[in-house]
Amino acid sequence: MPYLEVDRVTKRFGMFTALEAVSLSIERGEFVCFLGPSGCGKTTLLRAIAGLDPQTSGTIRQDGRDVSALPPSERDFGIVFQSYALFPNLSVADNVGYGLKSRRKPAAEIKARVSELLALVGLPTQGEKYPAQLSGGQQQRVALARALATSPGLLLLDEPLSALDARVRARLRGEIRGLQRRLGVTTIMVTHDQEEALTMADRIVVMNHGRIDQIGTPEEIYGKPASAFVADFVGSMNFLTGRVAGPGRITLGDGLAIDCSHTMTPGSEIRVCLRPEDVQVRGITENTANRFPVTIAELEFLGSFCRATLRASAPEVTLTADFSINLMRDLNVGVGKTLDIALPADRLRVFAGEAAG
Amino acid sequence: MALAEATLVKPKASSDDIVMRAGIAVVLILLALFVAAPLWTLLSKSFHNADDKWVGLDNYIRYVSTPALMQSLWNSLWISLLTTAIVVPLAFVYAYALTRAMLPGKALFQAVALIPILAPSLLPAMSMIYLFGNQGMLKQLLGGGEIYGAGGIVASQVFYCFPHVLMILVTALSMADQRLYEAAEALGASRWRIFWTVTLPGARYGLISAIFVCFTLVLTDFGIAKVIGGQFNVLATDVYKQVIGQQNFEMGAVVGLILLAPAVLSFFADRYAQKRQVSLLSARAVPYAPKRQRGRDALLFVFCLVIAGLILVIIGIAGWASLIKRWPYNLSLTLANYDFENFDPTGWGPLWTSLKMAALAAAIGAIAIFTAAWLLEKSRGFHLVRNLVQFLATLPMAVPGLVLGLGYIFFFNSPSNPLNFLYGTLAILVINTMAHFYTVAHVTAVTALKQLDAEFEAVSASLKVPLPVTFVRVTVPICLPAILDIFVYLFANAMTTVSAVIFLYAAETKLASIAVISMDESGFNAAAAAMAMCIVFVSLATRLLHLLLERTVLAKLQRWRKR
Repeated sequence: MPYLEVDRVTKRFGMFTALEAVSLSIERGEFVCFLGPSGCGKTTLLRAIAGLDPQTSGTIRQDGRDVSALPPSERDFGIVFQSYALFPNLSVADNVGYGLKSRRKPAAEIKARVSELLALVGLPTQGEKYPAQLSGGQQQRVALARALATSPGLLLLDEPLSALDARVRARLRGEIRGLQRRLGVTTIMVTHDQEEALTMADRIVVMNHGRIDQIGTPEEIYGKPASAFVADFVGSMNFLTGRVAGPGRITLGDGLAIDCSHTMTPGSEIRVCLRPEDVQVRGITENTANRFPVTIAELEFLGSFCRATLRASAPEVTLTADFSINLMRDLNVGVGKTLDIALPADRLRVFAGEAAG
Repeated sequence: MALAEATLVKPKASSDDIVMRAGIAVVLILLALFVAAPLWTLLSKSFHNADDKWVGLDNYIRYVSTPALMQSLWNSLWISLLTTAIVVPLAFVYAYALTRAMLPGKALFQAVALIPILAPSLLPAMSMIYLFGNQGMLKQLLGGGEIYGAGGIVASQVFYCFPHVLMILVTALSMADQRLYEAAEALGASRWRIFWTVTLPGARYGLISAIFVCFTLVLTDFGIAKVIGGQFNVLATDVYKQVIGQQNFEMGAVVGLILLAPAVLSFFADRYAQKRQVSLLSARAVPYAPKRQRGRDALLFVFCLVIAGLILVIIGIAGWASLIKRWPYNLSLTLANYDFENFDPTGWGPLWTSLKMAALAAAIGAIAIFTAAWLLEKSRGFHLVRNLVQFLATLPMAVPGLVLGLGYIFFFNSPSNPLNFLYGTLAILVINTMAHFYTVAHVTAVTALKQLDAEFEAVSASLKVPLPVTFVRVTVPICLPAILDIFVYLFANAMTTVSAVIFLYAAETKLASIAVISMDESGFNAAAAAMAMCIVFVSLATRLLHLLLERTVLAKLQRWRKR
């Protein structure tokens, strides 16, 4: 039985529908990310799960118990907000022990638990300080320790890293993930940062306009996006327009026919997606399928690789491709150079023409 | 696929929700009893005759057809307009000097300008009488003119309203974006042009607000017209005469409601202006830093010196006169005027009563009003009741003290009211004072609460800590400075207020500010001045104590703010 089940949860604010019949289930011990642009409903869903802003309709079951109508205080979760919401007038130790104190535990037990937690988040000596004296990353860890203090069954993280600078963020990603694995606590994290979701989550729930577009492992989300929105939102993507020619055949731009598996009816407008790193350059022969010549229009140096803008005359399309530095050297790539590329049929994803955003 | 309809969710109230809703319900009942009901009684009284029969608009028709009463209405209007026309430009220049110029001693100038707030409005009127009255030192300067009447009222009102208007304009003028000025200068605009196109538009909502506040202050003030008005009647003195003098409650109610109309109007205009003013300054704005301009700064310095000097003279005259044996014939100094038993049988009693009343109103008010604001801000659901409480919390701002006081007599003096026992007690003075000054205290509390992280309550609920615990452990300690501000605000106003309590005091609950009026009425001018000075000293001591507390105890308690 899943640990958390969300069944057709809808949330309306007056005329506006923030969540439209959202359903998903989360296994015990899983780390799940809600990913999407701002306004997609991910935070609304998190707050419904916490009971902070209850859904209009639908059911939420946690550990076999229907919690749909329960106030937050009667549910079982710990939460970390983007602002951390640390109590500024209490010391770090008092913040962490805040939830323990009201459970009438003996003072010595609370003290022991607080130092255990501070050690767990790597702040064993900071208990006497006030939050204002800590760095952003340290505050974030205190908030995490406070949320974990009462050993909740579910840990909710609402954009916990977005207030931090890039370096601290990258380090904390690994730390949070490691901590979650060790404790085995079922965790939901809301984020708009696809890299964060890809590196941290067991499964990602991609949301758009109050609906779930796709649920899957990071590899599935990246490699087999279920919609043009997901394809566009996660990672970089080339979008080429085309038309279905027949079973297994499509035409790109103004007429190049290529192989591609799809389920569309012939004649329908489509969008064809390909990751820049999937554009094939090496090992192209007369027999390579989906092959055509391009001219390199621009090269953007990005450190370990270059992003090239490629123009083709037949079909008349523009696409980007990632070339490793190695490949640049081997093929002597430069702006203005013409070369043959191929679009690997198994890497192409086809979506209906209108739907894509 | 046939799917069953997803079930609608009816959120269950938590124990916190229930406690908070009960709290809000109590707040609603109290505000209904002590704000709404008295005003409603006043309104209803104006449509009934002395035998409590419904007479429709009869009272109003009688009002309009009584020339003396209409004369007061006209008097009140033009006096308020004239005072506003004098005070606002003066205060604007003064505020401009404090915020936009480079002057030595700015802090001192600001402090001196705020002194009149410490005194009851009667004090400037008494000083005017000492200077220009029948035995005035400078009476000759008026030629054959009289200070008793319109001239004296306007002169005293200018002094009384100046600090109130100044505070609004200082706020408006200090919210300026340096970048706008740099852009204007880069575009080659002259100083004059910058003043007209940047400075003035930036402060326009502050100006609107100041104009309305000043107009309402003059219109509804009772003390000044009472002391120096002579035969010149205004609305505020009419209310008093109708009710206390002639026991004509119905006509008193009508005049009270007429007084309420412009106050309500200016209340809404002021709110509109305040909202606009705040939104002018974005988070990215760069605060304005004044630059030296020798000629302008010198002129402004002289101007401020003159105004501050006048303020000190007027306060000083009252202080000096309170120490004089027999003005103006025997100018030797004495403390005899502070021997209040010789002038009024209650002696020093009123001052102690005032202190007790102010302390109670401030202590109870600060705790109750802050708690009520917290309940309102942090509770979930219960929208209708919360909106009602919100409305009743902002209502007192629009109600002049005199009108509220009148409502209180009508409501609590009625023998059929079970709360009748409150009439004539200290309790009713305390309650009335809290109700009268509720709005500013409430807004102060709400502003402080809005600065807190909105998720404290969510975190607290997730940790299963009851909200009242978090209120005591987190919310109150963080908001302590605001709570202290509310305390001082209520205390200072309770010490100086006259208008509401003039109808409500009994012989044994006479307040210091009322003792000033009654001794002045009995001709003991020096003793009245002495009592007024006592109020000034208490107010001053309160402010200094507040400052001291902020620097010492509060700073220690708020250590955690330091980085």
